[in-house]
Amino acid sequence: MTVMEQRGAYKPTPPPAWQPRTDPAPLLPDAEPYRVLGTEAAAKADPELLRTLYAQLVKGRRYNAQATALTKQGRLAVYPSTTGQEACEVAAALVLEEQDWLFPSYRDTLAVVARGVDPVEALTLLRGDWHTGYDPYEHRVAPLCTPLATQLPHAVGLAHAARLKGDDVVALAMVGDGGTSEGDFHEALNFAAVWQAPVVFLVQNNGFAISVPLAKQTAAPSLAHKAVGYGMPGRLVDGNDAAAVHEVLSDAVRHARAGGGPTLVEAITYRVDAHTNADDATRYRGDAEVETWREHDPIRLLERELTGRGLLDEAGIEAARQDAETMAAALREHMNQDPALDPMDLFTHVYAEPTPQLREQRDQLRAELEAEADTEGGTHR
Amino acid sequence: MSTVAVKPATMAQAFTRALRDAMAADPAVHVMGEDVGTLGGVFRVTDGLAEEFGEDRCTDTPLAEAGILGTAVGMAMYGLRPVVEMQFDAFAYPAFEQLISHVARTRNRTRGRMPLPITIRVPYGGGIGGVEHHSDSSEAYYMATPGLHVVTPATVADAYGLLRAAIASDDPVVVLEPKRLYWSKDSWNPEEPTPVEPIGRAVVRRPGRSATLITYGPSVPVCMEAAEAARAEGWDLEVVDLRSLVPFDDETVCASVRRTGRAVVVHESGSFGGPGGEIASRVTERCFHHLEAPVLRVAGFDVPYPPPMLERHHLPGVDRILDAVGRLQWEAES
Repeated sequence: MTVMEQRGAYKPTPPPAWQPRTDPAPLLPDAEPYRVLGTEAAAKADPELLRTLYAQLVKGRRYNAQATALTKQGRLAVYPSTTGQEACEVAAALVLEEQDWLFPSYRDTLAVVARGVDPVEALTLLRGDWHTGYDPYEHRVAPLCTPLATQLPHAVGLAHAARLKGDDVVALAMVGDGGTSEGDFHEALNFAAVWQAPVVFLVQNNGFAISVPLAKQTAAPSLAHKAVGYGMPGRLVDGNDAAAVHEVLSDAVRHARAGGGPTLVEAITYRVDAHTNADDATRYRGDAEVETWREHDPIRLLERELTGRGLLDEAGIEAARQDAETMAAALREHMNQDPALDPMDLFTHVYAEPTPQLREQRDQLRAELEAEADTEGGTHR
Repeated sequence: MSTVAVKPATMAQAFTRALRDAMAADPAVHVMGEDVGTLGGVFRVTDGLAEEFGEDRCTDTPLAEAGILGTAVGMAMYGLRPVVEMQFDAFAYPAFEQLISHVARTRNRTRGRMPLPITIRVPYGGGIGGVEHHSDSSEAYYMATPGLHVVTPATVADAYGLLRAAIASDDPVVVLEPKRLYWSKDSWNPEEPTPVEPIGRAVVRRPGRSATLITYGPSVPVCMEAAEAARAEGWDLEVVDLRSLVPFDDETVCASVRRTGRAVVVHESGSFGGPGGEIASRVTERCFHHLEAPVLRVAGFDVPYPPPMLERHHLPGVDRILDAVGRLQWEAES
């Protein structure tokens, strides 16, 4: 007699019937990243939008190159390049309405500039003259966020607050593939879905978190698949296809604006440059891999589409390049001026009113500066 | 003067009243946290708020402290004044990255353009028989983070005044609520609550001449008891209740120590790297020539908060305080 038989007539009470809260099927991403360029869908794309995207991509590429050059000249402390990822950066800025908010990570300077922020102010953090150069309220762009994924809950809170006030505001929050492993990514997505906040999460999967490849970052079928666990749709898009990224993000923004709640968009792209100028990418990846991605370059893809359909000619390409050159020259000129910093600013914005302790320290620094000025006016030791 | 009878009220009731009055006065004030809505908070501090102001203004959040504080940051960016509850001291630790990397420094990193008026309520401290992770005194972490104000009331009236002041502040304020004083009662007129105190003022709870006990929060009643007991020894102890740890009221503290010439700092949290070291140092720097003895500290031991059956050996009590006062080299006086 088995143990179970000894227990005789015991029958467990069946649990109440379980019902899933959400049907997971419509939330799941497609198996293949969504593409427009080079497919039949391209014919339906607005030529004017494609030309705008092209001009922005060319400008963005030039901006990345110029900022990288500025690090070599010591004008920037560091620059995390988005060369190869310009389609994501530009589309993220262009899909938003004026009243919407952008929540960038430290790598997303280009999106910030595409949103309208002054290129020099957008680089303030990376230049080192202050932490945030621009007024976040002027263009509705949150400060560039250095800790990973911690800006995502801010986007959720802001979008939630706007909805409580009855305002038509969508927040778009950007994060990298590495950032999806952080706890704040989870908490933000969970809050957003529970509150049905009008938020779009854009994950730029550029293959590496500094040196760690995606395979060591996640075991999920895709990062977009993570959405289903929170009860929000996940979308997978070719991150180098500017028209596709623009369309998918526009859909997600429209969905959020209409009260449909958040969406997680994973854009598959590639960081052609190293993590920053301080990184040696040859230690963790081969040239052949980089070359493959250069073939799938966002500018090349769009240029091929536009020229193939007669929407862009050599003169148009040249005009875009010239435009980008003008932007780069202006950036160079501004960045080569030394910023004027006031040391007393150290104490100005810690609190609305400085504490007595800060007032004491402020007096100490002022005395030091005065002594320094006297020394400089007289004899140096 | 009010004609309404002054009735005994608990500190928890004063906190509740402060939240209710702040919410009624300003529609931007939103209360959020785990269990704050339907349940009214595990200590009932948010009791009735969801009913009165709706679930949009007193919100039960998912169970995630970083998410609670992180979304509060976004809400504050949009002009709301979130008041978040961390339920228990040690539960706040997952939210520390949001606290330190964003809440405390967003005003500064945006050069004043983006202030974050967030109030963070943290029930803290021991003495209620809580199991592990329910009795920490975490004030040193908050004090060490520039950009935060840190207040902790010891009386029913201050509970109301400091919480109202915290919510009204345009800066983030950590309100450390002494758990074991939640049910302490005081004569307090809920119809005419004490005017809002400016943050940063200490108060002399009991005047004395022999020595100053510098303390705050849950240790204030213990020091008051010690001061009473000290009379038998012929010591007349002054008790200074800091109320605000950041900003620190050097003026009131130093004026007291200059009068008495002796000082003991009393708090529950550990001694090493704790608030007492900072306070003793400040007092020594400013009052050295008035001191008859070194500034002593009576604090919790430098151990992880002990299990409830041992906590009475850990928490600074009357005897330990009197022993320290006894060590203030009284012979130097004679």
